[in-house]
Amino acid sequence: MSAVEFCNVKKQYGDLQALKGVSFNVEEGAFFGLLGPNGAGKSTLINAMSGLVVPSSGTIRVMGQDVVADYRQTRRALGLVPQELIADPFFNIREMLLLQSGYFGLKGREQRAWVDELLERLALADKADSLTHQLSGGMKRRALIAMALVHKPQVLVLDEPTAGVDVDLRRTLWDFTRELHKKGHTIILTTHYLEEAETLCDRVAIMQKGQIKALDQTSALLSKHAYRYLKVVVPKSYLQQTPQLPQPLQEILVETEANALVFRVDKDVALADVLGHLSQAGVPVEDIISRDATLEEVFIDLTADHSAETGEAAC
Amino acid sequence: MLNWAGCWALFVKEVRRFYSVAVQTIFAPVVATLLYLLVFGQVIDSQLDVFSGLAYSQFLIPGLVMMAILQNAFSNSSSSLIQSKMHGNLTFVLLSPISPLEFYIAFTAAAIVRGLAVGAGILVVGAIGFDLSWQAPHWILIFAILSAAMMGGLGMLAGIVSDKYDHLAAFQNFIIMPLTFLSGVFYSIKALPDFWQQLSHFNPFFYMVDGFRYGFFEKADVSIWLSLSVTLLFLLAVSVINLILLNKGVKIRQ
Repeated sequence: MSAVEFCNVKKQYGDLQALKGVSFNVEEGAFFGLLGPNGAGKSTLINAMSGLVVPSSGTIRVMGQDVVADYRQTRRALGLVPQELIADPFFNIREMLLLQSGYFGLKGREQRAWVDELLERLALADKADSLTHQLSGGMKRRALIAMALVHKPQVLVLDEPTAGVDVDLRRTLWDFTRELHKKGHTIILTTHYLEEAETLCDRVAIMQKGQIKALDQTSALLSKHAYRYLKVVVPKSYLQQTPQLPQPLQEILVETEANALVFRVDKDVALADVLGHLSQAGVPVEDIISRDATLEEVFIDLTADHSAETGEAAC
Repeated sequence: MLNWAGCWALFVKEVRRFYSVAVQTIFAPVVATLLYLLVFGQVIDSQLDVFSGLAYSQFLIPGLVMMAILQNAFSNSSSSLIQSKMHGNLTFVLLSPISPLEFYIAFTAAAIVRGLAVGAGILVVGAIGFDLSWQAPHWILIFAILSAAMMGGLGMLAGIVSDKYDHLAAFQNFIIMPLTFLSGVFYSIKALPDFWQQLSHFNPFFYMVDGFRYGFFEKADVSIWLSLSVTLLFLLAVSVINLILLNKGVKIRQ
């Protein structure tokens, strides 16, 4: 069964089309990664799923229920950890958690015990009576996770939970989400970090400009961009002569800058081979800068190679 | 079926919000209004005969109480909503299974509580220092509650449409404040020139003040039933507009 189904979801903000007909499913029990650069539409999509944004058209179902028509059921089934570090300045963490429980009609000894457990598990117990402005960014992030879990949702959505957090907290959050996943929660994670998706997610979608550009098992997706970029700095005068490069270098040349040649090199190709070709061709190398592909380059690559197989579900 | 538990939780949260800063939200408006009473009531008391046989201070107190109820009920829902929007914590409510109607009821009820708390504070001090009569207390209560509800709803409307504090301040200073000051709080509209008297009949706050004052003296500028009808009509209109905006998610659910 699908935990979440997106069917041709569109969202228009004036002239900007933030979502251009997004369709895919997230299976129940999945650890799903939603990747993309800023402005790709990730947050708009999960906000539409959570009811924070009204889609212009299309349907979204959470645990089989429509998020607009059956919003009470879908909001009970879904917990969202928003990207922004929001908090109510008038209340301490425990009060916020109990009030949030109240919105879901949950109260009594059992709910208080669950709130205590959340505070304990997220290492917030000693700060439970502190007002939110007295908390560090990391504590606020953990408080938001607790807020999303007060009603024990089946689906937990984390919108860039590790943006701007230190290494320790990142590890803590990873461990905690893994634990929730093992307990049967469906986890949807949006992130900028491929490494994070690679570590946690069993399935990944890449969004760009309001569309799903790739949707696949994480391992399959990552294997598609096993390359790096090599920037070879040369004198400007050399490039002005329009030099003829040997065939192997011409095949991997992707860009010529004012004073540099940029090559895309597969990771299974030894750099020494490339340097050998440069040396043989008599290229006057001044400097060499190597870097991995950026996320955007991966998107472009994936889009170019697999534009016909975006993996979007029929609906 | 309504989620009454959720609605109650939101109402409790809204009341606790203003109670946590009671000096600012309750005591300050009470003191500010009593200063009006001190200045206007004491200085002009012997010089004006508004309703025959009634001292000016007696006439003034119900008007001041209603003015405080109107302004504080408006402030409560409008400031809470704009603060929640600006701080982002409105998200918590929007993620919950609370319906637009429950949202509206909770915010309006909390505005009524604050309006009545401030009004009661002024009345208690006024009753100690001045000779007030309570001819028809049920009208006092009815107009206090309905007017606070209408202003709570209006405050919510202002909170919804405002994108920043500046917008809300404009709403408050250029609409609410003039309408309350020109609603007959400080005078009977019968004392006004004909043109201004006629114009006052287009001010809905006038009917709220007049109906409320009727509860004290059973004397008013217009019929109590007209005042009740206008108040109810505006409450209904504000409620319908709010519910339409909340249902559509205008400026709330982007």
